Amino acid sequence: MGEKVGIEASIAIAEAAGLANPDVIAAYPITPQTHIVEHLAEMVANGEVNAEYIPVESEHSAMSACMGASATGARTFTATAGQGLELMHEALYIASSMQLPVVMTVANRALSAPINVWGDHSDMMAVRDTGWIQIVVENGQEAVDNVFCAFCIAEDQRVLLPVMIHIDGFHLTHVIEPIILPDREEVQKFIPPYNYPMPLDTDRPVTMGGVGPPTIYPEAKKRQDVKLRAARDVILEHWARFTKAFGRQYHPVERYRTEGAKILLMTMGSMSETAMGAIDKMRDEGIDVGLLKLKLWRPFPFEELQEAVREAELLVVVDRSISFGGPGGPFCSEVKAALYNQEKRSKVIGLVAGLGGRDISVDGFVGITHRGIEIAEKGDEQVLETYGVRE
Amino acid sequence: MSKNKEQYTWKELEIGTIFTEPGNTAEYKTGDWRSQAPAYNFERCIKCGVCQLYCPEGCIEEDADGYFVANLYWCKGCGICARECPTGVITMEEETE
Repeated sequence: MGEKVGIEASIAIAEAAGLANPDVIAAYPITPQTHIVEHLAEMVANGEVNAEYIPVESEHSAMSACMGASATGARTFTATAGQGLELMHEALYIASSMQLPVVMTVANRALSAPINVWGDHSDMMAVRDTGWIQIVVENGQEAVDNVFCAFCIAEDQRVLLPVMIHIDGFHLTHVIEPIILPDREEVQKFIPPYNYPMPLDTDRPVTMGGVGPPTIYPEAKKRQDVKLRAARDVILEHWARFTKAFGRQYHPVERYRTEGAKILLMTMGSMSETAMGAIDKMRDEGIDVGLLKLKLWRPFPFEELQEAVREAELLVVVDRSISFGGPGGPFCSEVKAALYNQEKRSKVIGLVAGLGGRDISVDGFVGITHRGIEIAEKGDEQVLETYGVRE
Repeated sequence: MSKNKEQYTWKELEIGTIFTEPGNTAEYKTGDWRSQAPAYNFERCIKCGVCQLYCPEGCIEEDADGYFVANLYWCKGCGICARECPTGVITMEEETE
């Protein structure tokens, strides 16, 4: 069993990706993902990781190189953030549609303009329909653990889909925390050998990404959607395998102090850690409030969410991005959509907070919860409020 | 693919809609795109085969009598054969379907 060490989350993620024994890494450095790919490049240069490291001229090229590598059956890793993820955008669809199981860590970052390198979820939300599996983690240990799980999930013959692991920029990527890095043998035992069933091979030629005219395109997309939804069971299976091997547990909708809670705060990513502090504080004050932390964004965990909110009267959903001109934050919209057809459904209040790296403190989450209660009491559910913005 | 793409259900598609048989684009009925079709007056034909050389689709075949005829499964109706024919054998006529 590996030792617990004080380490920056980005460095630990790079170490984890190295332990997963990738064949090809193609990446372009961008804040706040830089430390991940710098450290990987160092490890490859030092001979600690036996991979081909392809330095590319853009994120679009990074994803394209990853797809080419993955198509030959290589285990492939990359990382990006914010504008970089946006520059990859069209290639993301191709990776998932061609079922190339690339694993990518995304250091969540706000989108320009104004230029902002700090953490929020705008980039993650902009790629939610690209057909990738999206796992959202809240601390460095979860990031490391899910790098291992991501390779298992992506390369599983029942899935064969690319996976993004979302790590909040700076709030998480640049934080030094105690993290357990497993031994190489443990990781190799956990991640099964990878065999892509139909790799590019001159002895057995195949065409990937061929033309799909109207006569076949709808069938291809239907198949893709079914495959992504079906991946949920395999994700749960590998998370359970992880628990068996390493002890730590993961669940699509994690609960914190939700027993008897009539009010549930809902968060994603690193802010969940701070939100737990706020729950403790409010529980001490006698407020029946709990926290739901969404860990799986795609495929969306409808069943787990519906189950988790069954007893709640009010959900206060915190979005770290805006859908301009839309019905609210994307997280809140989806929670509402997931509950709409339920016979008994909770009130859902969405608040946007923490954009562009704006800190949300423990008291901030207490304030958000109280504001949510206030809006619900007024029956003002259609109001879209950005918490903490100066008027 | 052993059958036409139009017959596949979503369950029958390969991983990532990969095509496993080389040359399968021949199954693609590009003739569907056509709004004009070539019509022939072979009385003027000198069997030179210029139409076949110029056809961008490569769909003009020589028949048993040595005449060159477009295969309408693939012919997109571009009219290049009609334009290039030195003796004016080919005219383009509106598709009625």
